[in-house]
Amino acid sequence: MNNALLQSVEAVEPNPNIPELHPGDTVRVHARIVEGNRERIQVFQGVVIRIRPGGGANANFTVRRIAAGGIGVERTFPLHSPRVEKVEVVRRAKVRRSKLYYLRDLKGKAARLKEQR
Amino acid sequence: MKGILGRKVGMTQIFDEKGEVVPVTVIEAGPCYVTQRKTAARDGYSAIQIGYEEVPPRKLNKPLLGHLRRHNLPPLRILREIRVKEDEPYDVGQKITVDIFSVGERVDVVGTTKGRGFAGVMKRHGFRGGPQTHGQSDRQRAPGSIGACKTPGRVLKGTRMAGRMGGRRHTMQNLKVVLVDPERNLLAVKGPVPGPRGGLLLIKQARKQG
Repeated sequence: MNNALLQSVEAVEPNPNIPELHPGDTVRVHARIVEGNRERIQVFQGVVIRIRPGGGANANFTVRRIAAGGIGVERTFPLHSPRVEKVEVVRRAKVRRSKLYYLRDLKGKAARLKEQR
Repeated sequence: MKGILGRKVGMTQIFDEKGEVVPVTVIEAGPCYVTQRKTAARDGYSAIQIGYEEVPPRKLNKPLLGHLRRHNLPPLRILREIRVKEDEPYDVGQKITVDIFSVGERVDVVGTTKGRGFAGVMKRHGFRGGPQTHGQSDRQRAPGSIGACKTPGRVLKGTRMAGRMGGRRHTMQNLKVVLVDPERNLLAVKGPVPGPRGGLLLIKQARKQG
């Protein structure tokens, strides 16, 4: 019905600690984790395999990392989450699509991406 | 008891103060006006009548216009009653805006659910339907048995079957208010509320607090 009204509610200040991300980027996400009343920072490093645009809290990005034992782990963070302390871009890769779902079926050497220069 | 009328704008998600994502329904509510005071002495029960949605006077009929004009109220399309206690201070003509609610408060939201027409038993009651394979025909969405044999020899009353679904009054209880914006007459509550976007809603203070 009234889309402008909805968007005005969704709109949030972008988190200044999150740089512009692209699919294929290898990133270190410093996420703030609240356990009871303790707070700590957890680092999650991996490849950005998807960025979902959208207004405010609707936008998110997914990072895929190969954990110990070759198990793929994916975590999705809201793109403007106040819970993200910072995001470092370690490496930019040359990719030809916006959603890198094909990486899920690849492992080891085949799952490498060519660096962008 | 406090309450206000509004229309559903739609659902989205926002960050709360802890940085967590909360699913919310945005409601455009008010301003409403108290259009009549009903008392136990005169009407047999105690309530306020509130009006919502200003429209051009030509959209209303003469009796309704007269009812509103008596108290110098603007032409309002929708009138609803809210039961209040006799001693609650409401005056006719008083304006009700969203700031009667504050963030963190619990509210009940009343609306009319989306009409689904004549719905089968799977949609209406969550039945599982019949087997999809093993030589079955015409059983995929069937209800199965609806009773026993000679005893009782009839279908029990209240047996869940296909029929009209939705389009009825429904209340969502104890929804948390997550946003109040008096400037734009906006209210957001956590979770879904009945009805389509643009559907009329009555937002009341929660009956069962806690």
